[in-house]
Amino acid sequence: MLPGISTLAAPAPDLSAANTGFMLICSALVMLMTPALAFFYGGMVRVKSTLNMLMMSFISLGIVTVLWVLYGFSVAFGTDIGSVVGWSGEYVGLSGIGLTELWDGYTIPVYVFAVFQLMFAIITPALISGALADRVKFSAWALFVALWATVVYFPVAHWVWGAGGWLFEMGVIDFAGGTAVHVNAGAAALGVLWVIGRRVGFGKDPMRPHSLPLVMLGAGLLWFGWFGFNAGSWLGNDDGVGAVMFVNTQVATAAAMLAWLAYEKIRHGAFTTLGAASGAVAGLVAITPAGGSCSPLGAIAIGAIAGVLCAMAVGLKFRFGYDDSLDVIGVHLVGGVAGSLLVGLFATGGVQSDAKGLFYGGGLEQLGKQAVGVFSVLAYSLVVSALLALVLDRVMGMRVDEETEVSGIDQAEHAETAYDFSGAGGGAAARRGVPAPDAPAASVPHKAAPGTGRSTAQDPAAQDTAVQDTAAQNKKVDA
Amino acid sequence: MKLITAVVKPHRLDEIKEALQSFGVQGLTVTEASGYGRQRGHTEVYRGAEYTVDLVPKVRIEVLAEDDDTEQLIEVIIKAARTGKIGDGKVWSVPVDTAVRVRTGERGPDAL
Repeated sequence: MLPGISTLAAPAPDLSAANTGFMLICSALVMLMTPALAFFYGGMVRVKSTLNMLMMSFISLGIVTVLWVLYGFSVAFGTDIGSVVGWSGEYVGLSGIGLTELWDGYTIPVYVFAVFQLMFAIITPALISGALADRVKFSAWALFVALWATVVYFPVAHWVWGAGGWLFEMGVIDFAGGTAVHVNAGAAALGVLWVIGRRVGFGKDPMRPHSLPLVMLGAGLLWFGWFGFNAGSWLGNDDGVGAVMFVNTQVATAAAMLAWLAYEKIRHGAFTTLGAASGAVAGLVAITPAGGSCSPLGAIAIGAIAGVLCAMAVGLKFRFGYDDSLDVIGVHLVGGVAGSLLVGLFATGGVQSDAKGLFYGGGLEQLGKQAVGVFSVLAYSLVVSALLALVLDRVMGMRVDEETEVSGIDQAEHAETAYDFSGAGGGAAARRGVPAPDAPAASVPHKAAPGTGRSTAQDPAAQDTAVQDTAAQNKKVDA
Repeated sequence: MKLITAVVKPHRLDEIKEALQSFGVQGLTVTEASGYGRQRGHTEVYRGAEYTVDLVPKVRIEVLAEDDDTEQLIEVIIKAARTGKIGDGKVWSVPVDTAVRVRTGERGPDAL
């Protein structure tokens, strides 16, 4: 997946147990990023849509995994067709791959490469969901994830990382997915927003995050998982490059967090928790494309620039009036574009590839290539995502109705709520909801037809009678 | 008989409770409340977006008192609740027709 690796790797490698183990751990770390993202986003929405936000990320683990095995891996990393997509019959269903068959010039099995890349394919559509909080039908979202992965992510992954992909061949550097993952997801968010519009009450009602501790938990786990995302993208560590990537990931993230907090203190007067979490994520996004080509000092610069740029960019939605609920555009699109372009300035030519950036005597050539890569992926993702959303909106409707949105999407779409806030008498009310031992287990109450599996205890009419009985008894006592 | 109601800063609750106990008050009711006075609420910032939060957390303390004790009790509460900063709260009293102890049925001052 990395330009220039063929000149660095040994001609006929053997399977390396160390690299294989390392990559399996990295894959597991990247997997953790999707639930981490769910918490990061989940804490930022209002109480009434917490579960929906968690589920919009989590469902990607299900849908994309199955599609990846069926055909996604083949489209992204199969034999090149016209520099646009790939296809290899033996990758379909991951059925024709030998256990010890190695991935294209590397020391790890194809299977390991396939699961590592799968985790990237999972988190990318999940990233989009943050822009769409509180208002999208879950069924429409699930279908969108399947279609978007198929027509946007799989081909774009081929362009950027697949042997023969047109951006790969051009020499665009996207170490671990600044372009294919973050710019791609951010542009898609913008495209879908154009179709679905703003939340009810955007700009008027307070839509404060309901749990910043959850946001911090998510951001911390993202940071942790990101080491797999970035350090693993060298597909091994027998030459130490993975370790450089690890260092760059850490320092860029730290610098971005500090930069965001400093900007915030100057601009708004406080060092906020959400700012620290957001700054860290902005740094992680920005170092993703660049971490394999810059030095640790370059990583500090990239992180600091991205931290300030993203902190400024999150205010754009109020200026332009689009409702990017959780700042997917402000953080992922802007951070991804920044990191991808900064490669053109900070590439040292000494680590991942011999391409040098402007500050290391390489002139503007690499910057130009990076710009082509970034803006072609941005434009493709923006247009196709908007079209997909438009079609889904026509066919099944993308949004829930206004009443559902206002009363809370969790209850309507998932028949659950995240927290039990029942106060006085809540314990008694909860006990009333427990079916009697001999009654059949109740299904979801609001969907159950009268008389089908509903316990007496849950029947409103029966409850009313019980209340009346109690009232009658009280009267007797008073008399 | 009077009902004294105090809406005060939550962190003064313990002081007020102790002051009322030393005065000889037998019972009180405390409710978590929120509201604002002349100073309004406060501002919170999330990623640069400022939110005005009107309603700030308070506790509401309710005490039943005999008429003669009312003024003194109000003074006790004010002394314990005051920090001198904005948002210290309010205390007021209203007349009460009757009070009954649920367990015994005692009425009036005996019920306090």
